Amino acid sequence: MRRRGTGVAFNRWFGRGWLGLGYLFLYLPIVALVIFSFNDSPIPNVWRGFTLKWYAALAKDTEMLAGLWLSVKIAFLTACGSVVLGTLAAFALVKYKRFSGRTLFSGMVTAPLVMPEVVVGLSLLLMLVSVQRALGFPERGMLTIWLGHLLLGVAYAAVVVQARLHDLNPQLEEAAMDLGARPHQVFWLVTLPMIAQSLVSAWLLTFTLSLDDVVLSAFLSGPGSTTMPLVIFSRARLGLNPSVNAIATLIIVVVAIGVVAASWFIANAERKRQREMAAAAHA
Amino acid sequence: MLSGRTLVIAVPFAFLLVFFLFPFFIVGKISVSEMETVSFKDLLTWSDGVVTLALKFSNYVFITQDTLYFKTYVASLQYALATTLLCLCIGYPFAYFMARARATLQPALLMLVMLPFWTSFLLRVYAWRGLLTEGGWVADLIIASGLDQLLYAFGLISTPGKLMHTPFSLVLGMTYTYLPFMILPLYGNLAKLDLRLLEAAADLGATPWVAFWKVTVPLSKAGIIAGSMLVFIPCVGEFVIPELLGGPETLMIGRVLWDEFFSNNDWPMASSVAVVMVLLIIVPLAIFSKYQAEAQEQK
Repeated sequence: MRRRGTGVAFNRWFGRGWLGLGYLFLYLPIVALVIFSFNDSPIPNVWRGFTLKWYAALAKDTEMLAGLWLSVKIAFLTACGSVVLGTLAAFALVKYKRFSGRTLFSGMVTAPLVMPEVVVGLSLLLMLVSVQRALGFPERGMLTIWLGHLLLGVAYAAVVVQARLHDLNPQLEEAAMDLGARPHQVFWLVTLPMIAQSLVSAWLLTFTLSLDDVVLSAFLSGPGSTTMPLVIFSRARLGLNPSVNAIATLIIVVVAIGVVAASWFIANAERKRQREMAAAAHA
Repeated sequence: MLSGRTLVIAVPFAFLLVFFLFPFFIVGKISVSEMETVSFKDLLTWSDGVVTLALKFSNYVFITQDTLYFKTYVASLQYALATTLLCLCIGYPFAYFMARARATLQPALLMLVMLPFWTSFLLRVYAWRGLLTEGGWVADLIIASGLDQLLYAFGLISTPGKLMHTPFSLVLGMTYTYLPFMILPLYGNLAKLDLRLLEAAADLGATPWVAFWKVTVPLSKAGIIAGSMLVFIPCVGEFVIPELLGGPETLMIGRVLWDEFFSNNDWPMASSVAVVMVLLIIVPLAIFSKYQAEAQEQK
């Protein structure tokens, strides 16, 4: 039997305090960003009253808006490409335990997660420059940025989908096979619906990663293809800038709504699936 | 006709070979090339029927002999190590208490750790500038509590009261950014811990403190390694945080590479720096890949 008393109570409060301070640390910068976007003061970190003027200024900020539009396009394409390639990579790693070069393959899938982005960006750029010298294309721009983001996105998508594939019950696929389904039918009718929610999370994660990336974009962008993070970064380098706070707040609000809606949708789908599974098990 | 299996493996494999692995060889090649005015010389030249191979190792000689470069490498490793240790000290208790929280609360606690991931990393780093420059909330708090004197005594800031562009702001920013990367693998590991082992330890006379060090910590070794590598490796080559929160004296290798490439336009030199950076992280990288592969096989 465990002793109960002051030690336990102390532990509980110490634990709560630690968690509370930890979350405060994680969220303080986000809260500060939002609050100071409404700050009516030329000094962006000293509060002097409420204003919406930075948002009004943002609506006329063509450089930022053009960057935002380009970033959204790239992020959309990155998310779609990453989910397709990442799912293939996850499948290859989970379903096929033996093929030549598997160790190299699994290393290459996870390496971009931790590889410093300056190295990935530089190496990809130097390769693209060599290709361009030989073939005359591709020009640096949206396509090259997309390729760079795709590398990062595939790694993240593969990890997310792989985790889900591991949890799947292989008997369901075997049962479909026994009932005469062809492999592609098994994939589209059985496997895909079961991993759908991980595909949604992977899509959202890679979308936000791409929307946020500075280093790869800086290496791979060309004249006229300045993404939003590059605009923000060049302004942030010079000092504090209220327009950055305003766009930050907008992004945070949109992302928060998106994430909450997506997790609500995923949780709902999961509950429905479990109800159906339970019903099927009782039938 | 290709089988489905071949396609599933070949498509991502080919993509990664062409766009991830192959470029590293190009970087290696360029790092030993001669720099010309706008481009770099080919390694192999063909003149009068004689093939000459011009390898230029002067970049590497320079990198290893120049004290500035050497100091930068050491400093990058030190900052990355300090960040990793700080993340572990904050993140381990955090993950531990998360894993011990009520089961119904845990998904929400987990979601709250992941949520900052979804809000721009660049913007959160930028926000620290506002918090740490003069007049910022955190700066005021630290100065009012006298903590800046302590930081000054440890040499983390060069003038009391001035927190931005110091080793302190750099390590704080990196700790902040990479803390979730430490918490998540640790939580995943600690949540799976069999609590009966702790009861057994208690029955055998271990105090909670002893049981923690002799049972919980050794069993969470895999999580500690994974989290530490996920923090350490990207920190070594970090660029954005040193650029926004670091100062002139906080040299980091990612910034040096950036400057060689964008300011000096010295592509061979930038490539050499990249090669050295990869060499610095290759051992932790190997440990991480091995762990990652094992974790996936075990599931």
